[in-house]
Amino acid sequence: MTILIAILSRLAKAALTLLAIAVLNFCLLHAAPGDPAVVLAGEAGAADEQMIAQLRERFGLDQPLYVQLGKYIAGIVQLDLGYSFRQSAPVIDLIAERLPATLLLTLTAFVISLTCGIALGVAAAARVGKVSDSLLTTLALLFYATPLYWLALMAVLVFSVWLGWLPGFGYETVGADFSGFARAIDILKHLILPALTLGLFFMAVYMRMTRASMLEVSTADFVKTAKAKGLSGAVIRRRHILRNAILPVVTLAGLQAGQLVGGAVLTETVFAWPGIGRLMFESLAARDYNTILGVFLVSAAMVILFNIVTDIVYRIVDPRIGARA
Amino acid sequence: MKHLKATTFLIAAALAAPLAAQEAGGRLDIVVQPEPPGLMLGLVQNGPTQLVAGDIYEGLLRYGTDLQPQPGLAESWEISDDGLTYTFKLQEGVKWHDGEDFTADDVVFSADVFLRETHARLRASLAYVESITAPDPLTVVFQLKEPFGPFISVFETGTMPIVPKHIYEGTDFANNEMNATPIGTGPFKFEAWEKGSYIHLVKNEDYYVDGLPYLDEVYYRVIPDAAARAVAFETGEVDVLPGGSVENWDVPRLTEMDNVCSTGSGWEFFAPHAWMWLNNREGPTSDVRFRQAVMYAMDRDFQRDVVWNGFGNVATGPVSSKTNFYSDDVTIYDHNPEKAKELLEEMGYDGEEVRLLPLPYGETWQRWAEAIRQNLSEVGINVSIDSTDVAGWNEKTSQWDYDMAFTYLYQYGDPALGVSRNYTADRIQKGSPWNNVEGYDNPELDAKWFAAATMISPEERQAAYDEIQKEIVDDVPVAWLLELEFPTIYRCDIKDLVTTGIGVNDGPRNAWIEK
Repeated sequence: MTILIAILSRLAKAALTLLAIAVLNFCLLHAAPGDPAVVLAGEAGAADEQMIAQLRERFGLDQPLYVQLGKYIAGIVQLDLGYSFRQSAPVIDLIAERLPATLLLTLTAFVISLTCGIALGVAAAARVGKVSDSLLTTLALLFYATPLYWLALMAVLVFSVWLGWLPGFGYETVGADFSGFARAIDILKHLILPALTLGLFFMAVYMRMTRASMLEVSTADFVKTAKAKGLSGAVIRRRHILRNAILPVVTLAGLQAGQLVGGAVLTETVFAWPGIGRLMFESLAARDYNTILGVFLVSAAMVILFNIVTDIVYRIVDPRIGARA
Repeated sequence: MKHLKATTFLIAAALAAPLAAQEAGGRLDIVVQPEPPGLMLGLVQNGPTQLVAGDIYEGLLRYGTDLQPQPGLAESWEISDDGLTYTFKLQEGVKWHDGEDFTADDVVFSADVFLRETHARLRASLAYVESITAPDPLTVVFQLKEPFGPFISVFETGTMPIVPKHIYEGTDFANNEMNATPIGTGPFKFEAWEKGSYIHLVKNEDYYVDGLPYLDEVYYRVIPDAAARAVAFETGEVDVLPGGSVENWDVPRLTEMDNVCSTGSGWEFFAPHAWMWLNNREGPTSDVRFRQAVMYAMDRDFQRDVVWNGFGNVATGPVSSKTNFYSDDVTIYDHNPEKAKELLEEMGYDGEEVRLLPLPYGETWQRWAEAIRQNLSEVGINVSIDSTDVAGWNEKTSQWDYDMAFTYLYQYGDPALGVSRNYTADRIQKGSPWNNVEGYDNPELDAKWFAAATMISPEERQAAYDEIQKEIVDDVPVAWLLELEFPTIYRCDIKDLVTTGIGVNDGPRNAWIEK
């Protein structure tokens, strides 16, 4: 019951936060130089006043800013993200079209980084001070420090250009007309490089954090007690140490999960992955106001949502948190 | 001797082999960058849209690499001696992609109704037109108010795309649902657009030219990263890199691969001409001696060889050597730092900082700005680089908020279509980056530009433009840089890809793949 009330109050606050974010984004975006009419006219390689005036009128940019803001917020309250004049489509459709690709990529990366990160962290903590531990920590440091962009290009160079094992970019083989299982395999092949690239950084973070946290907890008194009880090392690690050491990892996983929608701009660009991140980036360059605001809002909603989810997971992992609150 | 014989034999064998016949079938994958905002060519005319939609829509005429008109939707045309009446005979048996007949009414509707409302560049030329009529279903007559020399050059696909009257008449053009599935008369039909991935066009089986097109389908591939585009070509994922789709330093690596060809042809109609706007209104750049000093300070051969990897030509003035009525009888600005210093001393330049706005179109342009800053600082000009994104560049240039700003413009085959718009005082209009942004005001030359546009005889026009070029080059309203060259890179077994002055834009129409 307390959980339910906590969640409801969080949701109410979240709605207010989202609204504030929408207003803030709107103001920030309109403060940037240029507008969609100027960009479109610029791209056409020719423009006169009539053309720019026509475009502004069509886009509703001829109205005072506060009227535009009012209309936008009114739309949002009714769950209407507006219309992309540049792409001639409702923003919600544009986002829905790109969302599956992005989620496939980011969720895969999320799962890979979380499972491998924790497993390797536990392994490293168990072998602390040994060669294998040093090897794992060094690798993690390397992945942690390498810029994503460079890593992506190197991965393409090695696995796609030199070895020819995996496709270097795209979502699926264009024009192959695969269906069912063949298509799934095809997409999986395209998924491997971008998902690994995106996942490696967080995997390194999870691993280092799990290892450090495990080592810290392993010196606690209850661990000694468990040892004194005669429990095996594996059981102590799983039931006593890991369970207590996992909280900081959950916090971080919550942060990463918040980026599931908007956090893959670079990876999507290098691998030509048709996702939300690219939609956001390209819309920003074109000052396609409604589309950017829409993507921002969806991303913000995801962050808030996963913050709530993280809090719930806390209570499950460590019931003491709920009791204290 | 033996060697010679062998060679002779080889040559004889080559000559004896029958000319390869065009082979039908196959698929082309062409890079399109960036993803076009839409494909309805009458509404959107940016580069990527022209590239893709140039296969779907057609104009009345096509233009060779020599800029001479060739039949398009019009099979023949006639210009009256007074230069006022243009009569076009249309091709017979042309159908829209949805099966409707194409007639002269479509042409009248496109030019007189649709494009007048939507197409800023054409609107300027249509101002000379008195009436557009269709005396019979296969004839269209353009009646002009006064002669307009370059009028024969406005019938290209991107300039005057013919759109279907039966779909657009009486509708809100910009919001017509059919914009998402464009219907044209061209050699390829729109099939699908997977946003963020590719655009798929398929062969128009009912195309009115027998045997064309040869290709079964064309995929335009969206790959946002320049390095990834180069890789896509290396791994064979795409077959054609249209000009400008990879960074210049990747070009030698790609063209050295087996079975890879490249050509600088296919841009003659556009003749992209690069310069820096020098703000004529205020600051050091308002002094003609400063502007001349900038010209002398720059080592443009170096810029071409290093920044552009040898592609392009040093521009001599406002008109590209590829455009009609070019003249090289002008003052030549060589790399002469001493002369630049003298000019600066004479004007008493005090080291005031000038802001240089690069074009945010990728690494090449950034490097170009740095090269020029170095050139200018060598003669004592204090330059700061003012970086921004595309929208910011458009905003700053169209609001005249710069001292020196990079740009390049298409010339569309004729000085009256693509050149004078940047130099005559009536085109000083805040709010657009495609006019006299530098604020050059020379009434005497304005009169000459206008006169040259309305002359009929090419010889007279040539003489008039010779004079204009000679005079304007001494004034240096802008700092001319290079006639840009964007090489098209493709697999050598693709034949006849670039046969016209707009290159790949209408290339797939004639292209075929040798097996």
